[in-house]
Amino acid sequence: MTAYIIRRLFVAVPTLVILIVVCFYLMQAAPGGPFTSERPLPPQVLANIEARYGLDQPLWKQMWDYLVGIVTRFDFGPSFAYKDRDVNDVIAQGFPVTLTYGAISFVVATLVGVSLGVAAAIRHNTWLDYIAVGATFSAQALPNFVMAPILVIVFTWQLGWLPGGGWNGGQWQYVVMPVIALSTSYMASIARITRSSMLETLNSNFIRTARAKGLPERTVIWRHAMKPTMLPVVSYLGPTFVAMITGSVVIDIYFSTGGIGRAYVDSALNRDYAVMLGVTILYGGLTVLFNLVADIAYAWLDPKIRY
Amino acid sequence: MVHDTAQSERIIEALAEGEAVQGRSLWQDARRRFFQNRAATGALICLGLVVLFTIVGPVFAQWSNEEIDWARMGDIATEGRPSIETGHYFGLDELGRDLYARTIQATRTSLIVGVIGAFVAVIIGTLYGAISGFVGGWVDNLMMRTVDILISIPYMFIIILLMVMFERSFFMLFVGIGVVSWLDMSRIVRGQTLSLKNREFVEAAKAAGVGWFKIILRHIVPNLLGIVVVYATLLVPLMILVESFISFLGLGVQEPNTSLGALISEGAGTVIYGTLWQLGYPLFFFLATIISLFFVGDGLRDALDPKDR
Repeated sequence: MTAYIIRRLFVAVPTLVILIVVCFYLMQAAPGGPFTSERPLPPQVLANIEARYGLDQPLWKQMWDYLVGIVTRFDFGPSFAYKDRDVNDVIAQGFPVTLTYGAISFVVATLVGVSLGVAAAIRHNTWLDYIAVGATFSAQALPNFVMAPILVIVFTWQLGWLPGGGWNGGQWQYVVMPVIALSTSYMASIARITRSSMLETLNSNFIRTARAKGLPERTVIWRHAMKPTMLPVVSYLGPTFVAMITGSVVIDIYFSTGGIGRAYVDSALNRDYAVMLGVTILYGGLTVLFNLVADIAYAWLDPKIRY
Repeated sequence: MVHDTAQSERIIEALAEGEAVQGRSLWQDARRRFFQNRAATGALICLGLVVLFTIVGPVFAQWSNEEIDWARMGDIATEGRPSIETGHYFGLDELGRDLYARTIQATRTSLIVGVIGAFVAVIIGTLYGAISGFVGGWVDNLMMRTVDILISIPYMFIIILLMVMFERSFFMLFVGIGVVSWLDMSRIVRGQTLSLKNREFVEAAKAAGVGWFKIILRHIVPNLLGIVVVYATLLVPLMILVESFISFLGLGVQEPNTSLGALISEGAGTVIYGTLWQLGYPLFFFLATIISLFFVGDGLRDALDPKDR
């Protein structure tokens, strides 16, 4: 197992480095620097500013400093738009919020999706199955930016049950709608994958054996069918995680939750490249980390993988 | 398959009389299976109607998408309602523009982005996957590890990065979407190529001295067509979703161009003023397009890949 994890790390670490380098050079290749404005600054002032941010150094040196800063000090450098804040401040302010509702959404999508899929598979070809299939098929077409306004119209404007936005320290009323909006379409995908995987498992020989030796259905499902059923689901959790991270941007904008997505879009509109880069790299790092965890979980679940 | 005796007798009779028995090709078979699937057929009709709407719709429009109805823009919540008399069938948007014309424009944009995005992804993905699988060895290893690395990057951020740092144009959008969306395609195609490359017809081509790239184009790719078509159809809605997502954030296509994501975003922002139609109509076309594309793709998969049911 250790050897396997180390082997996966050999893919994960270069991925991160390549991500950082590519993003950094993209930033450099963009036309116009961060201090280009309609009213040109006096050259001396511009030179001073560039020296302050280290932009007068050769490119590879900047790149190297940036990389070393991230690896050793977890320092993403100063923000270009706000003089008194650096990228770490921006991240520290928004990230806990995003992480909170992101994690809840992830757990909800997985739990509900898997239970729905398993239930539909066990009751294959009954009304429960048909409803589950129909609902999950349509729900896949309901991404977060469609769900968010619909939820607000129904629960805030019509019923008046839940606040239409804000965070308020993470009180449950403020968390419900972001979580539903973020998790719906992935819940649907997970349910579909679970259902078809469970159906396939239930048709296999070892399940017939388990039933033939007289095990109660409950034991057959939980003891024998669950583990192989989860294999494709686990490999889908990686992409789900990425998609949720991406979707959190919409949630932060629409529900004004104060998460990091808002800072990201603001920085995109302000051309504050430093913040954009920092957030992209942070999310990239999380993705790589999560894929690593998913891979390890997969290896642990799948007896066929020898490491 | 011939299983009942009456039918086999008929065939024997036909053969005896020297008539040619009409065989069914793979594609005819697939078409028959597809049209037996009622959900998929319905979805195809629905999709056809949406496409027809974007083509024929402008004929009935009484306002262009850029014209501002100055007389009614002061009070959109009451006077900007959808109505036949004013000629604004879908009402007005928040700036007093005709939502009917805007919706047509947006639907068209989204469909074009979806189709071209999927097309780019399919071409790159198919060639990449086929070359990787066919050549094999260290080339395959290198190419697939590259895909592994690229696939674990949150690509939406890369697209946004591209859009912001360069100009926000259609071209950049296509590049951004096309660059990242071929990865899954290449993996699927590679898997299929691996199972094809040791077949006799490839061997025959090799023996005849055909070059490797020509073998890929002439012998491998045509055999991949079924699976490519299925995934291409499923890619189109994904492309539309990606584009809408970016436009929803206000980082996609720029005014006066618009897309369904941008209209949904506008509508979602103005719902507070009671202008429900500004969200409703774009949302309807968005959902109709995406859901029917999903169903068509699903039906195609069942039709072209019968073992995967």
